[in-house]
Amino acid sequence: MESFIFALFNGVLYGMLLFMLASGLTLIFSMMGVLNFAHASFFMLGAYFAYSISTYVGFWPALIVAPLIVGVVGALVERYGLRPVHSYGHVAELLFTFGIAYVIEEIVKMIWGQVPVPYDIPESLNFTLFAWAGLDYSAYRVFMLLVSVGIFVALFALLTKTRIGLIIRAAVSDPTHVATLGHDVPTIFMWTFGFGCALAGVAGVLGGNVLGTEPAMALQLGPIVFVVIVVGGLGSLGGALIAALLIGIIQTMAIFYDFGINAALLAVGIEIDAAGMFRDFARITTAQASPVIPYLLLVLMLIFRPRGMFGTRDV
Amino acid sequence: MTAPGTFVARYGIWIFGAVLLLIMPHVFTSSFALNLMSQMGVLIIFSLAYNMLLGQGGMLSFGHAIYFGLAGYFTIHYLNFVYDDIAPYIPVSLFPLLGGCVGLFFGTLVGYVSTRRAGTTFAMISLGFGEMVTALTLILVAIFNGEDGIQTDRVVGPEPLGISYGPNIEVYYLIAVWVLVAAAAMYALTKTPFGRMSNAVRDNPERTEFIGYNSQRIRWLAFALSSFFAGLAGSLHAINFEHVGFEQVSALTSGLVLFMAYIGGVGHFAGPVIGAVLITFLNGTLTTYTEAWQLYLGVLFVAVIMFFPGGLAGLIIMHQPIWRIDTRLLAPLTVPYLLFIGALLVSLIGFIGLVELLIYKTSRLGAAHDLTIFGITMDPSGVVPWISFAIVMAVGVYAIRKAFPVAAGAWNTAIDQARARAAQ
Repeated sequence: MESFIFALFNGVLYGMLLFMLASGLTLIFSMMGVLNFAHASFFMLGAYFAYSISTYVGFWPALIVAPLIVGVVGALVERYGLRPVHSYGHVAELLFTFGIAYVIEEIVKMIWGQVPVPYDIPESLNFTLFAWAGLDYSAYRVFMLLVSVGIFVALFALLTKTRIGLIIRAAVSDPTHVATLGHDVPTIFMWTFGFGCALAGVAGVLGGNVLGTEPAMALQLGPIVFVVIVVGGLGSLGGALIAALLIGIIQTMAIFYDFGINAALLAVGIEIDAAGMFRDFARITTAQASPVIPYLLLVLMLIFRPRGMFGTRDV
Repeated sequence: MTAPGTFVARYGIWIFGAVLLLIMPHVFTSSFALNLMSQMGVLIIFSLAYNMLLGQGGMLSFGHAIYFGLAGYFTIHYLNFVYDDIAPYIPVSLFPLLGGCVGLFFGTLVGYVSTRRAGTTFAMISLGFGEMVTALTLILVAIFNGEDGIQTDRVVGPEPLGISYGPNIEVYYLIAVWVLVAAAAMYALTKTPFGRMSNAVRDNPERTEFIGYNSQRIRWLAFALSSFFAGLAGSLHAINFEHVGFEQVSALTSGLVLFMAYIGGVGHFAGPVIGAVLITFLNGTLTTYTEAWQLYLGVLFVAVIMFFPGGLAGLIIMHQPIWRIDTRLLAPLTVPYLLFIGALLVSLIGFIGLVELLIYKTSRLGAAHDLTIFGITMDPSGVVPWISFAIVMAVGVYAIRKAFPVAAGAWNTAIDQARARAAQ
């Protein structure tokens, strides 16, 4: 039971990190129809900027400054890259963000190198907050959880209680209508894009030192964030939260409780003696399969329910 | 109506291609060039197959490498089985057909569930399948052997017609023959009713439904056929390298073929051929000169999307209406175009210089010796090279902004003249 709660804690933590990425992505997608391939690249930039800044002035200023820079970079990419491509249609936009993701990865490799950088947990939070049933709960992880929950609450309040939030939500559901009411929709797009990238940057600052800051991190996490927003339903923040937690918990549990197909079959009395080339099928364990689970979920969701769990329209 | 002129117009380019494929190894005789040309051939087939989806059918796939790679794995295993007398002997020359069938098999399966919609949904499903298969190649070690991949020896069994496929030149000619066959087959497909319907489904699925076609069926067929040719290319790749690894099914290869098709131009049949040849050539040669080749490739791709979405083939084709009327109308374009190309080169020199300086700065920390870029030796620790390259780039960008309207204006004038002549 204690270990279950520990795994749940880590699963929720990973899920909240995914949510921070997915919330910006789902806003951008439902507003502009652009599935931003480069979103996880901004997450990576957040981690690298935080690493570089924290070597000079420490972690706390980096936590504020790095996401701001990432947000500005995101807004610039939207203004001078994505907006001109807009007239060529959604496929061109998707290709553009794919190209940007590729370029960002190469730039990161060029500046910070191919190997992971030593971006560490800040000294002031590098201790065990409490231990329960022999398992240590790190102060930094609890801090991450608090920040991400705080961001979720603030985002929710921003979108439902303020005038800006009202306009953003209106632009999400009907951009042309909002434009005819006299709002500058392209500028709203630009700032939403930048804001979404800044949120990804926060996730990068917080997650980079736990998950590892390396050039492949964007490619590893990027597709999973797509899974989150597709499964949650496009334009649905609540759906993104639930899907993010679901995927975070499933993946963590799959690794934590390492079931094998063989063991499961043995438990019900079936013994397969697989040999030859296909022997590995019987030996797949949940820990091995955990990278596959989100994609399986994605494909099944798109085939059977393209609007996701809480979406109001299809992808 | 089969005048000699129409025969040359119709088949001239194919005969030219065949002759080119035949004599190229005698012009460039080094083993490096031979390897490069073999790779080009494989990737020409693959990117043409990819363009059946993207260009002809309007389906953007982020996971088309799985058919390429799985056919490669199958080919290697089958060769090993023949070696161990488990499987019956098939001439190596016919292996690409076998690989094509493997691609067709998986393409039919995946296509059935993924082609209901085009656009973003299709792209996401293809990404999902791509990632799943990549993950599976790392899990199912007995079949895929993880990160190491599997190997074989292509010299197996009797040697029909004295072809053993020991020397690389024989593999080159095998690939060359298949390039011609596959390209001709894919070109012929674009002329069939199916090819036309595929274009119609790309442009307006609703209207094709109204005239009685099932748009999903057509996408599915296009997907399956494209997977067949991707598998054919994958099999040739495996025979060429005698090795296949998880990179061949991964997002890396899927992205590469997308880059080739798009940079070459998805709007024209020959576009992917241009893209495959150009990028394979640059990939093979530039990697010895610079560490930033991948960055340049990415920047090129983004530039193509932003500034000339028709790709390289699109740039050529936009002059077709002019030379059809009178090739002399192209003459006034020369100077404005040369000015524009010159401006482009200047800005490229500045950009490349800055990138190389940055790489030098970050990859060899504290290195004291000098750096040579474009034959100029400089001290990278000073600010002078940085400022110089930045100025060169700024001048280049300014010149591009000035030269582009002139070049575009010249093209407009030429095409107006051509139209006026045509109307006469």
